[in-house]
Amino acid sequence: MSWTLALPELVLACSGLVLLLAGVIPKQETFFPITMGAIGALLVTAVLVLGQGEGTALGGHYVADAFSGFMKILALGAAALGLLLSIDFNEKEGLGRFEFPVLVLFASLGAMVMISANDLMALYLGLELLSLPLYVIAAFNRDNARSSEAGLKYFVLGALASGLLLYGTTLVYGFAGTTNFDRLADAFSAAQGVSAGVIVGVVFVIAGLAFKVSAVPFHMWTPDVYEGAPTPVTAYFASAPKVAAIALLTRVLLGPFGDLAAQWQQVILLISFGSMILGSFAAIGQINLKRLMAYSSIGHVGYALMGLAVGSDTGLRGLLFYMAIYVFMNVGAFAVLVAMRRQGRAVEQVEDLAGLARTDLGMALWMAAFMFSMAGIPPLAGFFSKLYVFLAAVQGGFWTLAVVGVLTSVVSAYYYLRVVKVMFFDQPAGALDRAPASLTIVMAGTGLFTLLFGLFPAPLLAAAQAAAAALLG
Amino acid sequence: MTQPLLADYFPILVFLVIAGGIAAAMVGGSLLVARQKPNPEKLSAYECGFEPFDDTRRRFDVRFYLVAILFIIFDLEVAFLFPWAVSLGGIGWFGFLSMVAFLGVLTVGFVYEWRKGALDWE
Repeated sequence: MSWTLALPELVLACSGLVLLLAGVIPKQETFFPITMGAIGALLVTAVLVLGQGEGTALGGHYVADAFSGFMKILALGAAALGLLLSIDFNEKEGLGRFEFPVLVLFASLGAMVMISANDLMALYLGLELLSLPLYVIAAFNRDNARSSEAGLKYFVLGALASGLLLYGTTLVYGFAGTTNFDRLADAFSAAQGVSAGVIVGVVFVIAGLAFKVSAVPFHMWTPDVYEGAPTPVTAYFASAPKVAAIALLTRVLLGPFGDLAAQWQQVILLISFGSMILGSFAAIGQINLKRLMAYSSIGHVGYALMGLAVGSDTGLRGLLFYMAIYVFMNVGAFAVLVAMRRQGRAVEQVEDLAGLARTDLGMALWMAAFMFSMAGIPPLAGFFSKLYVFLAAVQGGFWTLAVVGVLTSVVSAYYYLRVVKVMFFDQPAGALDRAPASLTIVMAGTGLFTLLFGLFPAPLLAAAQAAAAALLG
Repeated sequence: MTQPLLADYFPILVFLVIAGGIAAAMVGGSLLVARQKPNPEKLSAYECGFEPFDDTRRRFDVRFYLVAILFIIFDLEVAFLFPWAVSLGGIGWFGFLSMVAFLGVLTVGFVYEWRKGALDWE
């Protein structure tokens, strides 16, 4: 029993329990100190992840390597930024209850378990630990009909996806005789053909995970849930759970099912094509910024999965690199969305940004940077992330994938640039309230990352390279 | 008794016969001996305080739901405790401490619901 390897998870779990008790025992509301405690716990866990060794633990259910470290840092960072976004918003909306940071903490624990899963059982455990708090925080504004609807919708469809995933795992277990990733990989590397049952099982597992990353054709819930959930919750939904689910999908497909690439590659190709095309075309007509970001996130998942579809070393590096940059620019754009208030009321339409450049130039510039970056315009960070997945696709001979990717980026540039146009060239619709300091800090931090990334891409590229190498071995 | 497998199930058959006999005796006895004064409330199926046949989309107090959830949690806890207690000799300190950790997590949840007032009916 090598418990020490799972130390980050243990620390996070214990701090979640302690924070829950610390929040509930005092008589007065403890939202702010508990949120700060949760951010602290996430950062301490991230430091522990950095110092984590490599190997498997807990009876082979848990694996730690460079890949898990990379993804965990991303998921923890996204969770901490999401909590930072929530402080001011929740207090103004009357959602300042200490359960919120505790739920985000437990969801992050689930994300970490998913990323480190080395067994189909651990996979499911982590996925549920991630999903259950998410259902609750989607409905956190419980007196609001839309928020409740978002929570319920997410719960019902999430349960369905879990069912699909479980059905897939039972099929894999039934035909292969084990749930451990290493032993599954051994079983499939043998020369004899693979039974159809395993392939059906793998497809079901992919379907369940594609739901979590909201890839086409399992994306239907995304716009409604993103629109209904409180904005900081949406910011969290669009970052940490996606990182965890993409990590899990990658590990499952390249690890135990790596030798079945010929079977699953076409499925991932289809999902990637579908997500890129839907993400770019469906967002054109959106007038609500949160719905727009929902379709945008579907599109980004399509680009990221391009790297997995290629399946090569460079493809995987592109995927990891893409997710890292996506998390930062996404959190930054959501910081602007969270800050959008007029006379104390939250607003979320595209036209509410009209003339922002004249009333609050700083925020307009940051938002413009995020939008240009998402559209993939050089020299911003989003350009490099797209560049590396397209490069991998071309090197792997997937010309159609690369061409569709470039064309859909052009289409999606329309709606990103429309936001910029509304901010800089439309008549002001009345000034927005001044953004609180916490949001300005997040905007500035992620904005500087987005702007200046092109100058120092080497450390992140090297980390992504190491993580990719760890997974492909 | 040529098939040993069937012979193993013989006690279950005995149990079924005795259980059926006692049940029939109790129902039959009350039918024959007790005085019958039926009224609609007595004749309707018991349904935990609700009308047995009614629109399911009816509002009801959220506390029913809370009690049901709490019941499930602690019922499951007991369901885990029984096999744990029986096999405690074979699973050693690791098994013992695993259950203690599980109970610790449950206790945190219990403290939470207590402080939140989930246990106060009024």
